[in-house]
Amino acid sequence: MAKKLMKGSEAIGEAAVQAGCKLFYGYPITPQNEIPEYMSHRLPQIGGTFVQAESEVSASNMLYGAAGSGERVMTSSSSPGISLMTEAISYMAGSELPVVLVNIMRAGPGLGGILPSQADYFQATKGGGHGDYRLLVLAPWSVQEAADLVQDGFDLADHYRNPVMILGDGLIGQMMEPVEFHKDRKPIKELKEKIWAATGYDGTRPRAIINSLFLDPATLEKHNHKLQAKYAEMTRDEIRYETYGTDKDYDILIVAYGTVARVCSTAMEDLEADGIKAAMIRPISLFPFPYEAIRKAADKADAVLVVELSAGQMIEDVRLALEGNKPIHFHGRMGGMLASPEEVMEKVKEIKAGKSQEVSHV
Amino acid sequence: MQNDVIMAGFGGQGILLIGKMLAYTGMQEGLEVSWMPSYGPEMRGGTANCTVVISDRPVGSPVIQSPRAVVAMNLPSLDKFEPMVRKGGLLLINSSLIDRSSTRDDIRILLVPANDIAMELKNPRGGNMVALGAYVGSSHAVPIDAVERVVRETFSSKPQVIDANIAALHRGYELGEQAVA
Repeated sequence: MAKKLMKGSEAIGEAAVQAGCKLFYGYPITPQNEIPEYMSHRLPQIGGTFVQAESEVSASNMLYGAAGSGERVMTSSSSPGISLMTEAISYMAGSELPVVLVNIMRAGPGLGGILPSQADYFQATKGGGHGDYRLLVLAPWSVQEAADLVQDGFDLADHYRNPVMILGDGLIGQMMEPVEFHKDRKPIKELKEKIWAATGYDGTRPRAIINSLFLDPATLEKHNHKLQAKYAEMTRDEIRYETYGTDKDYDILIVAYGTVARVCSTAMEDLEADGIKAAMIRPISLFPFPYEAIRKAADKADAVLVVELSAGQMIEDVRLALEGNKPIHFHGRMGGMLASPEEVMEKVKEIKAGKSQEVSHV
Repeated sequence: MQNDVIMAGFGGQGILLIGKMLAYTGMQEGLEVSWMPSYGPEMRGGTANCTVVISDRPVGSPVIQSPRAVVAMNLPSLDKFEPMVRKGGLLLINSSLIDRSSTRDDIRILLVPANDIAMELKNPRGGNMVALGAYVGSSHAVPIDAVERVVRETFSSKPQVIDANIAALHRGYELGEQAVA
């Protein structure tokens, strides 16, 4: 299929359709309204259903029910909307339901603003809702990658019977870039029949019950062990990242994800022109996090710079990765303000000159 | 080689459209492109702008702080983006609606009476096409015949406006080229 110029939001919607998603439940919120808008006219074309629910709470529980029937389902929202969905997300994780959740992050806390942010990293990767659960979290840096990760996300959700979150920011939702969909795309996992799905009991197979309530503590502990084993498997098999310039020598290693890594890649080119050697590692899976890869990439560097559109959230995982072996510096913007390549360059130069203060380990 | 431009004006002037057409042309030419609209809280009739990046390598930041070119279609846009143009860059001013030029002496300044030309061509809504042509003429970010093909494709459902828009595009292009020469 030829390349199309698409908005990130539209590409995410089309990617879901290409992946066999026929059901979408959502509630509008900027800056991701083009996803439900796209689904509202696209899904009827393929015999699917789009529902604009009365609230995010409602949409997410519709998602729970539809996923329980074994269909491929998706919802999308932005930060405050995801917070409203979080109870149902915990239930979906507990009931082992494969769903794809898209969070096009905007600035917070509270209603915050509508401009890009990465301040929901903790919420996405460390739980968000109650109970010991994990989402598999994937963070695209381009429209093409957003489309690819959505399609992979459906396969991963089905394979692990676990919610997958696509974590983008307002830029990913709003910008247009060329996208290509491959008609002959194969699932990235060997997918089994969904015998667990509640599709109506006819006596030919065990009763399927979608449930996250286990009143017997021993049973619930066993269920938790099963979930944890699944997260361990994800940690073993699903780590994704990319490195840039790590084959050469470098003094500074930049760690950034999503569109911020794009900004840093521009800064790297300009730094190279100024004779400063920097490399970058970009986590794509935020859970599971590429601890080992970051540790290795930092080997050659004198210092590590983490850049985020937040007060510093991923930096906690980078600190876990480095275990105090390298000085870590941070540059962050908040409130919907964007980091610019110039700012990143300036920060790298300050680190080189010994003028930047290391992030405290206390 | 990278070309980047911020195109800005009133909502309704067709700014986002010419930005998309420029990005689309770049993609058709096999280049890497991105198009990023401003999506802050704006009211109807307020300002609209988009950033287009066209490059022969993967596009880094889709948001540009110091663009190589700015197309200012109204005064608020000129006021806002004039200081941001990169040294040696291009500032295209729609002189039909903006009655001042720029005092900067470290950039190229191109005055284009986009709306007057469009009126002259009896295509009153074609000011954006004049501006697009002038930008392409002075930057050569993409070939003009490729833009022409995109104009035909974009307006294929309104064939009556195609010729008028292509005429506006070429008038702008000539102005842009002359300014470079």
